[in-house]
Amino acid sequence: MYGNDFPAPDDASGGGLLGEVEAAEAALREAAARARRFGAPTPDADLDAYFADVIEADQKIEPRDWMPEAYRRTLIRQIAQHAHSEIIGMQPEGNWISRAPSLKRKAILLAKVQDEAGHGLYLYAAAETLGISRDELVDLLLSGRQKYSSIFNYPTLTWADVGVIGWLVDGAAIVNQVPLCRCSYGPYARAMIRVCKEESFHQRQGYEILHVLAHGTAEQKAMAQDAVDRWWYPSLAMFGPPDGDSTHSAQSMAWKIKRFSNDELRQRFVDMCVQQAEVLGLTLPDEDLRWNDERGAYDYTQPDYDELMQVIKGNGPCNRQRMEHRRRAHTDGAWVREAAAAYAAKREQQKEKVAA
Amino acid sequence: MSADLFDFVLGLGDDALIAAQRLGEWTSRAPEMEEDIALANIALDQLGAARLLLTYAGELEGAGRDEDALAYLRGDREFRNCLLVELPNGDFAVTMAKLFFLSAYQLPLYDALAGCGDERLAAIGAKARKESAYHLDHSSLWVRRLGDGTEESHRRMQEAVDQVWPYTHELFAADPAAPVDPAGLRAGFEATVEPVLTEATLTRPGDGFTPGGGRQGLHTEHLSFLLAEMQVLHRAHPGARW
Repeated sequence: MYGNDFPAPDDASGGGLLGEVEAAEAALREAAARARRFGAPTPDADLDAYFADVIEADQKIEPRDWMPEAYRRTLIRQIAQHAHSEIIGMQPEGNWISRAPSLKRKAILLAKVQDEAGHGLYLYAAAETLGISRDELVDLLLSGRQKYSSIFNYPTLTWADVGVIGWLVDGAAIVNQVPLCRCSYGPYARAMIRVCKEESFHQRQGYEILHVLAHGTAEQKAMAQDAVDRWWYPSLAMFGPPDGDSTHSAQSMAWKIKRFSNDELRQRFVDMCVQQAEVLGLTLPDEDLRWNDERGAYDYTQPDYDELMQVIKGNGPCNRQRMEHRRRAHTDGAWVREAAAAYAAKREQQKEKVAA
Repeated sequence: MSADLFDFVLGLGDDALIAAQRLGEWTSRAPEMEEDIALANIALDQLGAARLLLTYAGELEGAGRDEDALAYLRGDREFRNCLLVELPNGDFAVTMAKLFFLSAYQLPLYDALAGCGDERLAAIGAKARKESAYHLDHSSLWVRRLGDGTEESHRRMQEAVDQVWPYTHELFAADPAAPVDPAGLRAGFEATVEPVLTEATLTRPGDGFTPGGGRQGLHTEHLSFLLAEMQVLHRAHPGARW
């Protein structure tokens, strides 16, 4: 159904990201199969040292294990932000479901947005293993106390944006998330393996949309180029501030929640996209983009980090619209959730009566 | 026979397509996240059935129209869907009333088609009836929950049933030449629907108002807007591939 008559991103770039996901999955199984070197700590043990040993040995921390409070808080913040991003991310693409230009594209897009809802649920469940409920997390999102990825505060103005979100935004997300498949927290690592596999499928579909547009009519090609021009720098900004300004990075690296720096991942993404853009016949909007033999990587222009900070602060083009949409769905659905709870309570009462 | 069959298959395909279009509007707006996934699932089922039916209709017609030509390049007077599916989503109760009545009609219809002499329709019916059974389960659970939930949900569910019920009559208009005559499905429909309404503490509406005309291309004012949105991009680029 999804067609296969186009060069896939992986073939074009030799990125092999899916291979890394599979390797991480195998490593996870091995770690689980290895007898734990550490029995449960005794009551008077040095818990910090015990935790450090588990991390050092590349064993996974599981929900039942002791962990430093800051580690727990960091993970809750990161996993929740990721879950919120999936849920808010349904909006920019959902924007084109009703207008998808063929029935096949409509079906693919509906399924993709549905996958994102599934990822959101899956990630909320991973966060819940850290002792916080989904309802609390949703409240934190709706009250603006937790964030979601800034990229979703940009509008999807044409159909080509749907393709570019798949290619660049999902592509950047995969580059970010593949290392998380080896994250020290077991439930998050396992969630990421599943999410990355589906994301790589989405990236392929986005790439295919663009490939068709780039090889279509002059208007379609212009539409594709315009979308790449608008989304390139916001996609680069998805990797966060430059390493020098990143507030959470060093501690997360030490805990093996994070394994590569923002700038390392951003570079990996640029190197991957250059060749894919060539195959597409589209131009990345950066005149200074060129291969650097010495570094063995592409030199490129940094995104506008002041703009990123503005969007994070709530001043992106769609921040207000996205939050308003989510709040309205939540508020409009309140009476339905109340009815479901009331109905379930009545059934429970009836069951008790029958039992008594 | 082939022209009649074309109209019949086109009508079923349009029912599924317009239902999918309406259900897709719920994406990212459902009352809970699980329901967002469920509604997208049902929309995808309807869209899948629509694609099979429209493709087949195009072949029966023999004029070279594929699923996209039929979906994107017909005007509202050429659509053959029942009025029920084009009605706006309303609140969640209206959407569930629409889905409940639609699936209580589609399930026995697809079931009968699965055993009919037309091989293509039989295969489509056999596939789609499993999906319809799930749609009926899902929507009838919500009708019960909302009908027998809170005072507010009961009021909203009764209003939704009252609003949508008149549009069920059109579903069973006689079509004796069709592979399955919908008129024969009415009794089964009522046998499915009425116990659920009773259990949901809802009142079955009366039968005075019986709007129709969709199968002849006479629609409500809503369809043209739905099509304008659905077709806008496709029509803006004549002949383009996507």
